Order: sequence, then structure tokens, then C-alpha cells
Amino acid sequence: MIAGSPGRPSPFLEIEPNVNTMKAITHKLNQSLLIWLFVILPLAGLSPALMADDEAAPPEAEATEEPASSDTEEAESTDEEESEAAEAGPVDDYQGLLDNQGDGAPAFDFFATSMLWTVIAAAMVFIMHLGFSALEVGLTRSKNTVNILFKNAFIIAIGLITYAILGFNTHYPGEFGGWLSIGGPIGDLNADGGDTWGYGGLGLAMTGYGDFIFQAMFAATAATIVSGAVAERVKLSSFLIFATLLVGIAYPIVGSWHWGGGVLAAMDFKDFAGSAVVHAFGGFAALACVLILGPRKGKYDENGNVKPIPGHNMPLAAVGVFLLWFGWYGFNGGSVLSADPTPLGLVFTTTSLAAAAGVISAALVSWIVFSKPDLSMALNGALAGLVGITANADIVSPWSSVIIGLVAGVIVVFSVIALDKAGIDDPVGAISVHGTCGIWGILAAYFFQLPESGVVLASQIKGILLVAIAAFAFSAVVFGALKVIMGVRVSDEEEEEGLDKAEHGAEAYPDFN
Amino acid sequence: MKKIEAIIKPFKLDEVKDALAEVGLAGMTVTEVKGFGRQKGHTEVYRGSEYTVDFLPKIKLEIVVDDAQLEEASKAIIAAAKTGKIGDGKVFVLPVEEAIRIRTDETGAEAV
Repeated sequence: MIAGSPGRPSPFLEIEPNVNTMKAITHKLNQSLLIWLFVILPLAGLSPALMADDEAAPPEAEATEEPASSDTEEAESTDEEESEAAEAGPVDDYQGLLDNQGDGAPAFDFFATSMLWTVIAAAMVFIMHLGFSALEVGLTRSKNTVNILFKNAFIIAIGLITYAILGFNTHYPGEFGGWLSIGGPIGDLNADGGDTWGYGGLGLAMTGYGDFIFQAMFAATAATIVSGAVAERVKLSSFLIFATLLVGIAYPIVGSWHWGGGVLAAMDFKDFAGSAVVHAFGGFAALACVLILGPRKGKYDENGNVKPIPGHNMPLAAVGVFLLWFGWYGFNGGSVLSADPTPLGLVFTTTSLAAAAGVISAALVSWIVFSKPDLSMALNGALAGLVGITANADIVSPWSSVIIGLVAGVIVVFSVIALDKAGIDDPVGAISVHGTCGIWGILAAYFFQLPESGVVLASQIKGILLVAIAAFAFSAVVFGALKVIMGVRVSDEEEEEGLDKAEHGAEAYPDFN
Repeated sequence: MKKIEAIIKPFKLDEVKDALAEVGLAGMTVTEVKGFGRQKGHTEVYRGSEYTVDFLPKIKLEIVVDDAQLEEASKAIIAAAKTGKIGDGKVFVLPVEEAIRIRTDETGAEAV
């Protein structure tokens, strides 16, 4: 790897640790560590138990006294009252929680379980950002690694903030059957029964904050799809502006057409967890940006032949895909929007089988077409299967999900090849995985639906076209404007040197590594 | 003193190191390099497109020896690194003007 710049020696060279001092210091650290591990932590762990002894004693004493007691009625009733008062403490608190639920009190346990699942699922969707980061880093060159990680870090951050500022209320303006309803910042989402069963009932068994945070995590995943497609040559500042607008404004508006009760909801468009409004949305936004941006230098020779630019870290790419797969259980599983065991088990099953089938078909197709099995294609196949099932995981049978995954794996391989040959340079296959397979997922919802699921082909086609065109158009306009105003691409020298040095003045792998 | 620069196949490194140890030479510097001579590259496939890889991974081994040991050192390296197939590598011998041990300031043959 490239060494640090020769004229600037590391400041650490001036410090010359004496070996004996280091040994003395670490010895002291080891000693204090041992004290912490075996003395202080157990004491800390035991302290609640030690403190609770006083409270536990009287009720036990009362309980053992009662049966043996042959006192007068007065004494007996006083004993009972005292023991009731002492025992009722924790139950009182629980009763308080129930009272807060008002009419929803009988459903509290299910409500609490559902909310718990929702917030866990939200955290799992967050893990998809680890997945995206690792995958993008693995499939690109090491000289651009810091840049890619920076973009990913920024996207989750700006996604969450903008969703709180206007995204959530724009996404969910209430029944409006329309096109546009820009909302404001979130307030206290626990207020006015926002923390009770009444907030969403069985169909949305979570508090307002649970709803917010789960959906907020989704918003950022849509924008991060674009970062992979434009990697290694996009100008950082332009991209950050674009991503902010995409996730802050476009995503909630397009999403509101479906989940927010807008035009798509009015035509019974089915998109369980967002094949269209998250994945195809991101995929077609990415397509618009890549068309405007152009391919990486050196990707195509003078005759237009593809000259592959291999990724620099296959282990990271693979780990990234597995993290995405893991996070997808939160993405699809959480979209059940309650802990209802019936759909939850089905969704986990269909999601898993589709991913697995995608790996197998993509691997086989790449083996046949390229005469060698391609790891990055197999990995893309998993994601393709996952995107394909995302629209319909709750309304298809397990065997249908296998077929959906198999088809997605085949589609993604040919889509990657086709886009590559068409001069559309997508380093991570984001457009194929999310755009092409997003369309497949929406259509598969119609073709593989279980009886009485109510999916209408015309609505599916209209819906996916609407979302795809909207995402494409928004991105074309905004990214196009940015190109005119400030440029969207780094210079040739910067691209050759690597964005890490050019945009960040840093290296991902300094020293001999 | 002479410096031997040997380009060898990477999996042969341990064998060569052991062979040099057997003739009494235990110090050397090793670098990972890429290169080619008559051994052609190969084609790889990445996401559906083929490309040729001309540069093959090799190990460059550098060892400075006394003139007296030069022949047995070269013979040891060659014997251990040979597979008989194309791409076995090469041995280069260069003259060395001076050698100094940093810790003790010894020079010449004692430093090697």
C-alpha cells in the first residue's frame, strides 16, 4: 500500500517508550482491571439485591405470620392491610401503566410486545447502514474508501434529522388521497394518546415515537442506495446536497403517496415493505445520477469495451451483504407493524427463502454465463432476492418466495451485464439490485399473491411507473441543476489520485498496510 | 560482499529460507512484488467482463553475503525455489560497497 508522505515523519517517532516503564504501566493496569472485574463489578451487580432485602423482609414476615396467627380479628385485619399495602407497590405501578392506556388497557401486553419488536426492528434496519458501508467499500478501490464511508456516515445522520424536521409528517399527513402535503417537525409524539394502543391499533401497534424511528431508519436507506452507484467520481459537496434533498423531501413525498394514504393508497397499490417506495425509488434516483455523472475513468476503453475495476476487499463486501440480509429481517419483519405472530413468521420465512434462492440463481447464472462462479454476483443475488420479496413478503407462500428469489437472482445478473455494456457504470450494482428488482418485486406481488390478497395488476404497474419516474425525474432535475451550478464530478487528476486524498486529505490505509 | 536479489514464487519462500539457514545464512529482507518475465498473465472475470492480469505476485528476497558464501547461497536458493515450470524466477548478483551494522557500527564482513 502507499506509505505516508516522506517529507512528513510521524510525530510518534519522537516518543521513545522505555520498555520497562511500559511493563510497569501495563502491570498496574492489569492489577486495577482485576480489581474492577472481581471486586467492584460484582459488588455493583449485587447492590440492588442487597438494598432490596429490607423491602422483601416485611412481606415475607407478614406472610409467614398470618397462617400461624391466632390473634383477634383486629390484629388479623391490620396484618392483612399492612401486607396488602406492602405487596401492592409494584402492582400499583403496573396498574398505573394500564390506566395510562385508557381503553387500550386490555391490549397492553400485546401493544408492549409489538412496540418492543418495532424498536428492535428499527435498530436492525440501522444495521443495514453498516452493510451498505462495508459492501460499497469492498467493491470499490482503496483510494476512495474514506470518501465512501464519509458519505455513508453523512446519509444516516442527515436522514434521521430531516425525517424529524419534516420527513415524518410529510410522509404521514393522515388520509389525504392526494399528491402533496408537506409537514412540519415532530412534536411530542407521546402526547394525546400517542403512547397508547389508540395510536394505531392492531395495524400499527406502536407508539408515535416507535412509528417515527422505524420509518426514519427506512428513509436513510433509500438515499444510501445512490451513494454506491455514484462512487469513486462524484463530488462530495454536490452529493451531500443532493442526498439531503432526496431523503429530506423526495422520499417522504413519494412515500406519502403509498403509506401516507395518498394517490397510490387510493388505488390499492401493494408494497409491503417498500420494494417501490424505498428500493426502486433509490435505484432510479441512482440511475438518473449515474447518467448525468458519467462512468469512472478507465472503465471503458476507446472502443467502449468494459475494463473491469475490481473491488479491493471481498471479505468486506461479503460481510456487508450478510449485514444487509440480517438488517432486512428488521426491514421486512418490522413492516408487519405489530408482533402479530401469524404474519411475522410468514414474513421471516419468505424473506429468508427469497434471499437464499437469489444467491443460488445468481451464482448459477454467473457460473454458466461467465464459466466461473462470481462471488460479487452471488452476493448481489442475495440482495436481489431480498428486494424482490420486500413488496410481497406477507402475501406469498414460501414456495412462491423461492421462485421470486430465483427470478430476482437471474434478473440481477443480466441487468448488471446490460447496464455495464450500455455504458452505465454502477460499481456496486445498486441500480440493478434496487431498481430492476424493485420492479420485479412489485409485479411479483400480483403474480404470486395468495388468494384474496386483493392485488390488482393495473395498480401495481401504475404505481411502480409512478414511483420510478418520480424518483428519476426529481434526481435528474436536482442533480442536473447541481451539475450546472457547481459541478458534480471531481477532476480527472482527483479521480486518479483517489478521492480520499483529494477530498479528505486522508488515507484509509496509511503506512505499509 | 555481494547482494543476491532473488525473485521467487511466493509459496517457495519458506523452503528458500530454510535452505539458506542450512548453509548458515539467517538474515534476509523479503518484499511482496508483482512482475512477469516469460510467464504470461491470465484472464480473470469480474462481474461479467474479462480482463487480463499481466503482473503476477512474486516474492523478492534480498540477502547480502560474503564473497566466500556467494556460490553456496545462490545454489541453495535456486535448488529450493525451482519447480521446473515457467515463472520460477531469477537470481541477480550485485556488488556491495559497504555494509554497517547499526547497533554496533561493525563494518564489512562482520556486519553481514
